[in-house]
Amino acid sequence: MAYSDKVVDHFNNPRNMGSFNKDEEGVGTGMVGAPECGDVMKLQIKVQNDRIVDAKFKTFGCGSAIASSSLATEWLKGKTLEEAERIKNTDIVQELNLPPVKIHCSVLAEDAIKAALADYQKKAGSKTGTGSTGTGSVQ
Amino acid sequence: MKLPIFLDNHSTTPMDPRVLEAMLPYFVEKFGNAASRNHVFGWEAEEAVEQARKLIAKLINADAKEIVFTSGATESDNLALKGVLEMYREKGTHIITSSTEHRAVLDTAKSLEAKGLATVTYLPVDKYGMVNPDDVRNAITDKTILISIMLANNEIGTINPVHEIGKIAKAKGVLFHCDATQGVGKIPVDVQAMGIDLMSFSAHKIYGPKGVGALYVRKKNPRVRLVPQMDGGGHERGMRSGTLPVPLIVGFGKACELCGSEMATEAPRIAAMRDRLQSAIMSTLEETYLNGHPTERLPGNLNISFAYVEGESLLMGMKDIALSSGSACTSATLEPSYVLRALGVGTELAHSSIRFGLGRFNTDEEIDYAIKKVIEVVTRLREMSPLYEMAKEGIDLKSVQWAAH
Repeated sequence: MAYSDKVVDHFNNPRNMGSFNKDEEGVGTGMVGAPECGDVMKLQIKVQNDRIVDAKFKTFGCGSAIASSSLATEWLKGKTLEEAERIKNTDIVQELNLPPVKIHCSVLAEDAIKAALADYQKKAGSKTGTGSTGTGSVQ
Repeated sequence: MKLPIFLDNHSTTPMDPRVLEAMLPYFVEKFGNAASRNHVFGWEAEEAVEQARKLIAKLINADAKEIVFTSGATESDNLALKGVLEMYREKGTHIITSSTEHRAVLDTAKSLEAKGLATVTYLPVDKYGMVNPDDVRNAITDKTILISIMLANNEIGTINPVHEIGKIAKAKGVLFHCDATQGVGKIPVDVQAMGIDLMSFSAHKIYGPKGVGALYVRKKNPRVRLVPQMDGGGHERGMRSGTLPVPLIVGFGKACELCGSEMATEAPRIAAMRDRLQSAIMSTLEETYLNGHPTERLPGNLNISFAYVEGESLLMGMKDIALSSGSACTSATLEPSYVLRALGVGTELAHSSIRFGLGRFNTDEEIDYAIKKVIEVVTRLREMSPLYEMAKEGIDLKSVQWAAH
């Protein structure tokens, strides 16, 4: 199958590939997928004052899965938690021109964003004891 | 060296220029219908077909009259299974095959089963993908009319103990069909010594043209009969009607002739390149696993799983090398390779498999390039893989509760 130029670009030059220490303060980690399904995404955000100041990913999966997560980190950086919540898989499909058979890669990326946000909220909540940081509910 | 490099010779092969040369006169000048009995155009075509038939028969130690031309191995498999079943159904309707056969056999068997025309036993294979002849013997009942076991597997290259299976079939009076598409022309095939009664193979896997294949149908001891699946002018001893594609058949003949004369030098040359590719990759990269039999394997085949890296992304990273993968992402079914699954390879390693298929026209320089590229891309993708990271941290991936989707 032919990949779109944007998928190829993200695959060859992945943005923000790597990891944060998941125990570091302000870091939220989302890990979704399963090895037997052929794709696992780890997406991490670093949050300061309710704003995502950095993001990283690691992905086991096809080129479209790698591109979806690379794009997600690019989009996440600089967004508030609330804005990050609003990233939809369909935005990723559109940006990367994903064919129907690859839509699940974008769904996985959206799930990874949601999981990272939830992990951050949970960590922040358990630290302050207030339960929520007041940036809106996660799922 | 020219890029891209073709290392997918199990899917098809480039046509040998000598084959093309043999075919060319049969398009424009010698265009006759081999079935035209009353003029020189027909005679010329018929003579070319009969000459090719002899060359093809010679490669497999058969008689020319035992070669039935078809459109390819898929049609040959269909004709063998359906034709035998229809002809002998009063004797029985039980077929024995294996779980790693090509889909042309498996889906034909399943279709016969679904229509209620046959009962089918799908034998398991061992961890190298080999059928155990004892399993074949034990599966035979008084209703068994056909055993269909492939010579060599298209994904992992494992060569089955066909001689033994042939002996068992003969002793029990059951017909033996062998899908030898990947083996003919690459390793010695002798339908007499192997006890084969029906055998499918095709031209495009052996540097011949696409669109032509053959079914070997034994003429004596026993004389095998088939109900044709294509009705018409009664060509090919009534077993397969349809005007013969003379240029394709001439090319098929030439391709068989070349394989016969060059196999003794070609097979070791290809195997040496394959062995070099295998040892360079597997000694450099950790956690790589060979799929298929370590020794009983086609000379040009190499199938490796690269743990923690998904197959389609590997192919994408090596886009100037033509390869295939057992990953679900490269198939239409979204299931990873059923062949690897039948060997007991875990789903995650099936997703991580790459098949290298070496052939006549590959060079040492291309293999050097492939070695370098594979190591580079696997290393880069492992750096990108959360699974590799976890494994490095000492986390047992099997103990992780995955959020499957």
